[in-house]
Amino acid sequence: MAQIRIENVRKDFGSFTAVQSSSFTVEDGEFFMLLGPSGCGKTTTLRMMAGLELPTKGEIYIDGEEVGMKPASERDIAFVFQMFALYPHLNVRKNISYPLKSQGMPSAAIKQKVGEIAEILGITDILDRPVGGLSGGDRQRVALGRAIVRDPKAFFMDEPLGALDAEFREHMSEELRALHDRMNATTVYVTHDQLEAMQMGDKIVVMNHGVVEQFGVPQEIYDWPATKFVAEFIGSPPMNFLEFHGMAGSGETSVSFGDTSFEMPRLLDGDSGALTFGVRPEHIHLDDSAPYRGAVTAVEYLGTTQIITMDTMNGTIKVRTASSNTVKVGDRTGLHFDPRTVTLFNAETGKALQSEANAKVLTHG
Amino acid sequence: MSFSVTEPTKGTKWFAGILVVAYAVVTIIPLLWIIATGFKSPTDSIAYPPVVVFEPTLEGYVNLFTDRTRATAQMLEEAGPPTTWYDEIARERGTVISGPSRYGERFLNSIIIGFGSTALCMILGTMAAYAFSRFKVPLKDDLLFFILSTRMMPPIAVAIPIFLMFRNLGLNDTHLGMILLYTAVNLSLSVWLLKGFIDEIPTEYEEAALIDGYTRFQAFYKVVLPQAATGIASTAIFCLIFAWNEYAFAVLLTSGTAQTAPPFIPNIIGVNGKDWPAVAAGATIFLVPVMVFTVLLRKHLLRGITFGAVRK
Ligand SMILES: Nc1ncnc2c1ncn2[C@@H]1O[C@H](COP(=O)(O)OP(=O)(O)OP(=O)(O)O)[C@@H](O)[C@H]1O
Ligand SMILES: [Mg+2]
Repeated sequence: MAQIRIENVRKDFGSFTAVQSSSFTVEDGEFFMLLGPSGCGKTTTLRMMAGLELPTKGEIYIDGEEVGMKPASERDIAFVFQMFALYPHLNVRKNISYPLKSQGMPSAAIKQKVGEIAEILGITDILDRPVGGLSGGDRQRVALGRAIVRDPKAFFMDEPLGALDAEFREHMSEELRALHDRMNATTVYVTHDQLEAMQMGDKIVVMNHGVVEQFGVPQEIYDWPATKFVAEFIGSPPMNFLEFHGMAGSGETSVSFGDTSFEMPRLLDGDSGALTFGVRPEHIHLDDSAPYRGAVTAVEYLGTTQIITMDTMNGTIKVRTASSNTVKVGDRTGLHFDPRTVTLFNAETGKALQSEANAKVLTHG
Repeated sequence: MSFSVTEPTKGTKWFAGILVVAYAVVTIIPLLWIIATGFKSPTDSIAYPPVVVFEPTLEGYVNLFTDRTRATAQMLEEAGPPTTWYDEIARERGTVISGPSRYGERFLNSIIIGFGSTALCMILGTMAAYAFSRFKVPLKDDLLFFILSTRMMPPIAVAIPIFLMFRNLGLNDTHLGMILLYTAVNLSLSVWLLKGFIDEIPTEYEEAALIDGYTRFQAFYKVVLPQAATGIASTAIFCLIFAWNEYAFAVLLTSGTAQTAPPFIPNIIGVNGKDWPAVAAGATIFLVPVMVFTVLLRKHLLRGITFGAVRK
């Protein structure tokens, strides 16, 4: 198993830049998520790590060794493709044995090893079936089997659950995570599903337009987004943005807009002009005595909680409250923002202003 | 609303059936005629109105495979009574067999040249098609167009330069020369057809093989080739049929050692008058290898000929 380090990696396809300049480190044994919207360069990044694509610039280290220009076959890693890419002309057993055959392992040893793997994955009974007729879940397991049979240095998975239906996905993601915990293998997992990333990952890299926006553990990224993009991409509903023009001085513990002053963590960075006040839906409380007002435009019932959509003078926001609060469309009420969780952004660059609360997260990433 | 997009109506089915049968009749009757003529006597073969029911004889086949001379009484005496069934057939016509004809050799030449050029064409074609399909080849589109453009005129249009070139290279009337020529003519079509088939194979399979520790070439022949089998089989049939039936270049460039069957068959006509049964016998036997080859690859052909329209 291995640590993987990416330094200033860039990939151009002709005049198009798919990955701008990525740097991050996957620690040994980590379950690492590459998260971002479609087309942001996740697959390209992963393929460069695997050796299926050569970086235009930058270095890739696996276990301390620079492998950027090494062919995939020499990197000792395994890759699980989105559509699984099981060899259609071979049966399940042969598919799983294939990586061992390339190493010239004797067939008795292969047989034993494949047997063990099949046991772990619960596919012993389908070993001699052709791969053509397998269900999505079994294909997934065979693809995993082919990946783990060789004890590679790392696993790379490109949206491995993307081809499964929603119900089964949940189940498979648990299975995957359990498998990882059992083997403790360094795993890099690509997904565009933020929920999946939050649930499964030890660490997450959020990418957008070929740029690494933020890199850290799920909770840090959720609580202290480095950019407006991350704040919006992660969380459902996403973080609320209240846009305003104003001043936020360094050392201040509050900002004012709409004739109201709001408390927030002490700022280390000052800024002025177009600013954005960011607060998560669950950190807004309805409080009729609060001076800042909003009008309810929709209520969405979700069981234990409900999402209330409100119009304010700084834009539409969504509030998550307990379902026991009775709210009707058309109600006007006061809003209180939990001051410990507020993030201010520069509205033009989208970057978060540093405060005492998020400084630690933003500087290490 | 009994109209369905997937199920043909009864009328359509009948119409299609009749069309297919009519087409089959038109194409198969000449074939049957040739096969039948091979078993007719010379008189039956030119009878008018044509005879459909006749007494079959192997005379055509005997004449095809043997050279015969008109027998004088003295010769017959020396030779004694006929020892084999084909001797007997020859004697009935007042001839004796003087030796085997060259048809066997010509047929063998056809096999060597036809299958040789097909094999070479497949080897070069799959590799070129793979490269065009997977790699960044400089000027790829221009090259592909150029390759195809070699088929925009009938190959025979360049017969004279090829003849002169072959003469200078000493390739006239050699197996190698004919194999190279047919390969050159077929290669453009093969590259195009095979590229289409290989384009359809997702690159993930090879990439999986690369990750599993195989080299690019191993990935090509262990993973891509088996999946391109359908395309290779149908392309091979096209190549073989062209090389097998080619007549004009064969007449021009071969006369002895490397002569194939097509230019030889008309020779038969001239030897002992118009020996149609022997010609028909030659044509019948000539059909067999392509037929066997096609039948062997039929499973692939059906899918291949639709050019990937039928997905598994
Ligand atoms: N071989 C290529 N040639 C040209 N452009 C490419 C190539 N591969 C990827 N791209 C482009 O690079 C960008 C990033 O692609 P990539 O596949 O890495 O995105 P992704 O984040 O994996 O998206 P998705 O979630 O859709 O899989 C896309 O705009 C894509 O069109
Ligand atoms: Mg992708």
